[in-house]
Amino acid sequence: MTSMEEVIMKYGYYPGCSQTGSAKEYDISLRKVIEKLGASFDEINDWSCCGATSAHVTNHKLSSALAMRNIMLAGQQGLENMVAPCAACYNRLVTSQYEISKHPELREETEELLSAKFQKEINVINILELFLKIGINKIIENRKRELSELKVACYYGCLLVRPAAITKFDDAEQPVSMEKIVESTGAKTVDWNYKVECCGAAHSIARRDIVVDLSKKILEDARSHGANVIAVACPMCHTNLDMRQRAMKRTYPGHEELPVLYLTELIGLALGMNEHELGIDLHYINYKYTDPVPDNTVA
Amino acid sequence: MSANDLKATKKLQASFISPTPQTGPDQDHINSTEHIREHTIADEISERTFQDVSLCYQCGKCSAGCPVRYYMDIAPNKVVRLIQLGFYEDALKSDTPWLCAGCLTCSTRCPKEFDLAKFMDAVREIAIEKGVEIKQKNIIKFHKAFLDQIKSHGRAYEVGLVAEYKMKTMDLFQDVDSAPGMYFKGKLGLLPHNIKDRKGVKSIFKKTSGK
Repeated sequence: MTSMEEVIMKYGYYPGCSQTGSAKEYDISLRKVIEKLGASFDEINDWSCCGATSAHVTNHKLSSALAMRNIMLAGQQGLENMVAPCAACYNRLVTSQYEISKHPELREETEELLSAKFQKEINVINILELFLKIGINKIIENRKRELSELKVACYYGCLLVRPAAITKFDDAEQPVSMEKIVESTGAKTVDWNYKVECCGAAHSIARRDIVVDLSKKILEDARSHGANVIAVACPMCHTNLDMRQRAMKRTYPGHEELPVLYLTELIGLALGMNEHELGIDLHYINYKYTDPVPDNTVA
Repeated sequence: MSANDLKATKKLQASFISPTPQTGPDQDHINSTEHIREHTIADEISERTFQDVSLCYQCGKCSAGCPVRYYMDIAPNKVVRLIQLGFYEDALKSDTPWLCAGCLTCSTRCPKEFDLAKFMDAVREIAIEKGVEIKQKNIIKFHKAFLDQIKSHGRAYEVGLVAEYKMKTMDLFQDVDSAPGMYFKGKLGLLPHNIKDRKGVKSIFKKTSGK
């Protein structure tokens, strides 16, 4: 292994607020998987919230400053790149950096709010880009078992691939990168229609009715295309698709549960870790992967 | 295209746009009306979003693909039309900007590359600044509670968020089925994660709350 490769295997890490609470298992499984694959993280010192939906829908200057504070911290820490595993954080960070590089007046206002100059552009990457950079081969090399029983609907949601001009990643309508990563675990993926449809996102608390409706459509489309599990790469999507199945059962009597796993948990299972180590037992829908029974009946 | 062709094209364009010379009383007249022209809400939205609201030519592709259109009172493209035509009150009072989930499907598909999600951000922002009465009260309360957490701790603290939201809405029973479950599973911490530079984050809030 060259020293060049070692350098690339170290990534700046912006966990995001959900990772410290409701998406704890995303953080746990990501860190464990990264370690097994020989990569490491350098967490941003004293990172703060990216501003999320609430800032950008109410105050564009506040939103820009809250996101850029973290980009600037990464620069001060000497980082070149930074992984934001939450799709919403990722989107806020790349969008804010794009906007201030495009619009000098916004840049000036943001710098004034932060009492600091924006000096260094950071390559902010999402979780899918991270695994593609580490290399799908690395997952295959380190695989302890094949998840051959799984038929996975890869759910991208909104913010990993949109807007295409800013994320510059995969395809905005028919992305396929998550499928490549999931297939490296030995699982099968399904072709379905709702992979980039919205789950209702931040309306989860104030308009739960909308989230329940939208998430129900996503789950049903996945099921009707033969999926037995959904893979996600966003804490908000996970909350809406997993935890909101409880409310879904009340709105839609007869609703059948469908497990929703973080991409990192699927990879972790393939790398030989168990459900408890990966935090899968923290989900609302219980899930345990069962290896196929070996066929001994061959005459 | 040769240099001569280019010159001819430029000449043609100039004559098309401005048939009269650039001096004289007509030009002065134009300048003076420019000067007194009111800065409209449409102008303000264009400035904040770095795009001209008149870009939208009302094809309706945004509304056709909007996942939350069903719940809105006015179709998203019609909110743009209201702003274009100067019916600001109708647009600012609409449910639509508040129900927009910011999924960016519209912005991705727009044939004019008009970023409608960003437009909706500006409409909401201006509605708040103008003190317009907003029907989707719980959504506003949620955003307020969320931002309060960041203002106090530097990060979103979910227990604090839910508690504050419940106080604001007096909706004490919603989510009683999920929050305790998450708490007992050890997902929700009892204490917030405070960052060190809370002062710095607070000052951003202070400086931006004036406008």
